[in-house]
Amino acid sequence: MKKELNDVTKSLIATFLGLLAGALLMLSIGSNPIEGFTYLLKGGTMSIERIGNTLSTATTLILTGLSVAFAFRTGLFNIGVSGQMLIGGLCATIVGLTLDFPRPVLLFIMLIAAIIGGSIWGIIPGFLKAKFNVHEVVATIMMNWIALWVVYYTVQAFLIDVQETQSAGLPAVAQLKVPWITELFQGSSINLGLVIALLAVIFIKIVLDKTTLGFELKAVGFNRNAALCNGIKVNRNIILSMMIAGGLAGLAGLTFYTGFAENMQIGILPAQGFDGIAVALLGISTPYGVLIAAIFFGILHTGKGFMSAMTDIPPQIANTIIAIIIYFTATSLLIQRFWTKILRKKKKKKNTKGGVD
Amino acid sequence: MWDITKLVFPYAIAYTIPLMITALGGLFSERGGIINIGLEGLMVVGFFASAVTITSLQIFLPDLSVWLGLLAGMIAGMLFSMLHAFASINLNANQVISGTAINMIAAAITVYLARTLTGSGNITIQSGLPRFDIPILSKIPFLGPLLFSNTYASTWLVLGILFLSWFILYKTSFGLRLRACGEHPYAAASAGINVYRMRYIAVMISGAFAGLGGSVILVTYSGEFNGSVAGLGFLALAALIFGQWKPFGVLGATFFFGSAVTIANISQVIPELGIIPPLLLKIFPYVITLVALIVFSKSSQAPKAEGEVFDLGRN
Repeated sequence: MKKELNDVTKSLIATFLGLLAGALLMLSIGSNPIEGFTYLLKGGTMSIERIGNTLSTATTLILTGLSVAFAFRTGLFNIGVSGQMLIGGLCATIVGLTLDFPRPVLLFIMLIAAIIGGSIWGIIPGFLKAKFNVHEVVATIMMNWIALWVVYYTVQAFLIDVQETQSAGLPAVAQLKVPWITELFQGSSINLGLVIALLAVIFIKIVLDKTTLGFELKAVGFNRNAALCNGIKVNRNIILSMMIAGGLAGLAGLTFYTGFAENMQIGILPAQGFDGIAVALLGISTPYGVLIAAIFFGILHTGKGFMSAMTDIPPQIANTIIAIIIYFTATSLLIQRFWTKILRKKKKKKNTKGGVD
Repeated sequence: MWDITKLVFPYAIAYTIPLMITALGGLFSERGGIINIGLEGLMVVGFFASAVTITSLQIFLPDLSVWLGLLAGMIAGMLFSMLHAFASINLNANQVISGTAINMIAAAITVYLARTLTGSGNITIQSGLPRFDIPILSKIPFLGPLLFSNTYASTWLVLGILFLSWFILYKTSFGLRLRACGEHPYAAASAGINVYRMRYIAVMISGAFAGLGGSVILVTYSGEFNGSVAGLGFLALAALIFGQWKPFGVLGATFFFGSAVTIANISQVIPELGIIPPLLLKIFPYVITLVALIVFSKSSQAPKAEGEVFDLGRN
């Protein structure tokens, strides 16, 4: 038996523990966990429409997860995905509301705008890290709140709807929803964003595994000083990594604000940015892992409404489970120690048995 | 201008106090060597615990219940922070990830429980702390109306804790040991200090203070638990950095930030303040923190071993 648990096993155990904690929470308010989880799963998968909604929720999470994972591989912690999403979404929304082009051109410009917006919001902390050694965690947290207020006042000043808490709705040509796909999935919120997200997964996979850039970024992540010694431009790679991470988050904003929704709610940091941390951790920072984890969380988020309608369990159970999974991935040493202990006990048993014989 | 100042000042102070106590909590944790970005979540936990305590006791103990609520918020924050302490001290977890998990768990679980309790997820208390004028002092010209009129008792409690914290950190052996754990933990350990224990205490103090911060929001200007403290925990983190990890730095920074946010919040109501774009006032704390990080990047006062794993077995 192997002494060290591999990362996939750790992820699976963390997920199991998160679900177990969720079950205990359901029990604590007098609900039946088996019933709760059944409805949660059903709510995310029982009809074509719900599968579509699961996928469209997963779309944004794939991109936020990729963003966090990509920065992780360079040894950076991008906690600013929410802010980058907001700015990416804002840029795309501005384009969608003001420019008048044929649909493919318009959508392409929106895509580029979202990438640029998110990248800029990522470059700033990257630059501060490379140039002044400002911790990227603190910098990205500050950037999140700056983004929140920039979006708040920009929308209020220029893009306001009749309702004061959101931007004006995008016209149909400027949305990622496509009628025949929506119809195919019986009116679900699934949209072109999914294609963008899947392409991004493949793109990041190639960048990380097949390019010199990816090799250098990972080298910086493994050991910054060793990378520096070997002539890798560490500072340039830090900025580049945050730029790409920001761009991915900007795309996440595009899929969320112009695909899943059709306007921007103001004064809210999108929770998907923080869920992206969970997605990346659970997906052990690999593109395919992120894809799987995002779909899993997509089911949880889509199913929670159905579950709370059918039972007394509040929908926040899904967010609680996700948060607890993060905690257990952070504390995987606990799982490892437990495992070592079990192994040792088994060994002891074997030894004592041997003695008797 | 005097009229506006007199009007804005009490609001600014009311907004500053929870920020100050939370940042002070962060100060203890980081001085002990543990980064705590879970302050936001710990505030929410305190916010929730005090709301539940006060609503369930208010009928029997109308006056005392508010104070018991503050106590409950502190205890809840302290207990919850032990999750972070356990992860980062015993399990060598990445402190940023653990702190993020704390924020997310707190935000989700409190609303989960609140919805089970009330249905809507909001918990409203009947009455919070009363405002009062301090006798004699409030009659001082200029300062009286600004500082000593219409104050909450919690304001003086928190200021008291601030002075006490300064004393403990800089004038007692406990404070010296705590700071040593954040600067040179291995040296501290070789001098016979139990670094693990000191760091536990540091994180638990941060939890208690952040929990108190959340409770103070409830009993002063909010009056209702709604599942979020609107980023005040992160603002406290910014204030901690801008205050360069020093108690009186925190005092200045939080008051600075508190005033900026208050002016932004009420500038729509008071036309004289409308000349400053509210966006600038709102982002001011975050931008100035980034600027401070750049300016102090060469001579930062941040605890040196902050965020690093301490593992005696490793050395």
